[in-house]
Amino acid sequence: MVLGSVATVTEDETLLSATGLTKTFGDFTAVDGIDFAVRKGECFGFLGPNGAGKSSTMRMVGCVSPVTSGELRLFGLDPARHGPAIRARLGSCPQRDTLDEELTVEENLWVYGRYFGLSRKEVRTRAAELLDFAQLTDRAGDKVEPLSGGMKRRLTIARSLINSPEILLLDEPTTGLDPQARHVLWDRLFRLKRSGVTLVLTTHYMDEAEQLCDRLVVMDHGRIVAEGSPRSLIDEYSTREVLELRFDAEDHQDVAEQVTGIGERVEVLPDRLLVYADDGDQAAAVVHSRGIEPLSALVRRATLEDVFLHLTGRTLVD
Amino acid sequence: MAMATPLPSDAGTDAGVRSRARPGPRQPLSTAERMLAVFSYFLTVYRRTWRGSIIGRFLSPLFFLLAMGVGLGSLVNDRVGGVDGLPYLQFVVPAIVATQTMWVAMGESTYQVLGYIKWNMGYHAMLASPMSVRDVLRGHFLAVAAHLTTATTIFMGVAALFGGFRSVAAVFCLPIAILTGLAFTTPIFAFTARQEGDDGFNILFRWVVTPLMLFSGTFFPVEQFPGWMQPIAWVTPLWHGVEACRDVATGAVALGPFVGHVAVLAVYVAVGWWLAERSFAARLVP
Ligand SMILES: Nc1ncnc2c1ncn2[C@@H]1O[C@H](COP(=O)(O)OP(=O)(O)O)[C@@H](O)[C@H]1O
Ligand SMILES: [Mg+2]
Repeated sequence: MVLGSVATVTEDETLLSATGLTKTFGDFTAVDGIDFAVRKGECFGFLGPNGAGKSSTMRMVGCVSPVTSGELRLFGLDPARHGPAIRARLGSCPQRDTLDEELTVEENLWVYGRYFGLSRKEVRTRAAELLDFAQLTDRAGDKVEPLSGGMKRRLTIARSLINSPEILLLDEPTTGLDPQARHVLWDRLFRLKRSGVTLVLTTHYMDEAEQLCDRLVVMDHGRIVAEGSPRSLIDEYSTREVLELRFDAEDHQDVAEQVTGIGERVEVLPDRLLVYADDGDQAAAVVHSRGIEPLSALVRRATLEDVFLHLTGRTLVD
Repeated sequence: MAMATPLPSDAGTDAGVRSRARPGPRQPLSTAERMLAVFSYFLTVYRRTWRGSIIGRFLSPLFFLLAMGVGLGSLVNDRVGGVDGLPYLQFVVPAIVATQTMWVAMGESTYQVLGYIKWNMGYHAMLASPMSVRDVLRGHFLAVAAHLTTATTIFMGVAALFGGFRSVAAVFCLPIAILTGLAFTTPIFAFTARQEGDDGFNILFRWVVTPLMLFSGTFFPVEQFPGWMQPIAWVTPLWHGVEACRDVATGAVALGPFVGHVAVLAVYVAVGWWLAERSFAARLVP
């Protein structure tokens, strides 16, 4: 079996790169000249609120939506000229499942494998392996329609792996799933990553981004506002800890000045104050010593949510 | 339990050929492979749904034969001795063979197509693979052609049992009827891909399909209309399908007009295809 093309790649090889990548719909610019590169074997994320341009980016990367301007390369190939050849090597989980709910679980896989030119025999073998991987073997012969949201999502992922893609694109893989279903899915994605598949995902959940991504870009209004590993982004744009204070107040803006000078910085949200300090407990002690009496005071580690808040002045999920 | 692995095992890969299930650059699919891959999806769907549709495929000719051939036919035969010396049943059956393809084309190219665009997004699933818009269109077109073939064969079989055909030459109605159906399929594909909801389909039924059925010489010759109205029939695909089927079934083929009928139908298929490719691309490639 000839595997030369796979064996010769080096670990820091860039599989996917974009320069000045832009997408417009009429007058509206959904993706506004973004640059990024994804290396082989990493999990790369786009974190941003609804409407940030994540799906528009993913559709261009998936070679199903033409690039308006800028340069996009996958495996060194230009999607405008080599769309089918690139898609043959991609796996794609769009934001909305595109399963045929009237067909059975395994029929969905068989049919999809044929689009990639797998023989009938190959498709059957792959489908059995992938159903095992997606923990759906016992539902193989069932119709898709009554399956839970988490199962459908796992089936979509299994289906997208039928051609053994080198890059797997996941647009909001766990949106709408309950916490347990999300954890099952994350576990599957970890396994995939360990087996060498490069993951590119979008999410508006900061915990998902922190859990899964080696590197990510923060997107807002079609632009990239920050880039790095979850840890480095938090180090750069936030303190180590956050003290959350809730007051018995209509508007927290009114109580904000009471805490000025505590910590490095204070963010005011409608329902709470966020005091940024490397030592949250110490900040809480200062609050207490000033005689300020919040309804509740909670010290937690800083997250990507804090990074996003700092960069855009808004929360991720509203 | 086997280790859950996302990587392909060696089992099931075709020896000698570099499997497309292996990571790395893949051998491109040929045009035929791509069309058949899409077609095999529709075949899989049909395997699940044929039981529901097959009864209708048998019943609809039965209803027509009873109502038109036996009911209306005995009246026409008694009063005026058939149409141009032909028993009414044998006059009307070849025309209905052509006309039912219009309904089959409607049935397979409206809600289905919009569903694959909007509701279950089956086309989008295909387009995420190496398939192109043209492959999707080709595969679905082939599937509708298969439906037209099945429906027309059943229709003709039932009609033959009732004596609806004058001679075995009527078997040549089959390809002509399929062509007639395809002359509707591609323009309807093009129309459907521009729809947001099903309002347009009601308009299509009320203002296109129904008038065409009534005024294309299916149930009575268009010569019954005043002379100025007849050219309207000439531009509709159904009239050409009806005339060609009737000529073949009654053994009255005049080469010139027959070639003309087939050519008009072919032009409808071709122009419809050109429009369908454009509206599919506009809709499916954002
Ligand atoms: N096909 C389209 N036509 C017009 N506008 C679109 C289209 N797709 C997305 N948009 C717009 O582009 C913006 C970004 O959308 P999207 O990429 O879906 O963002 P996200 O996935 O981050 O929520 C939104 O304002 C959306 O309304
Ligand atoms: Mg999105």
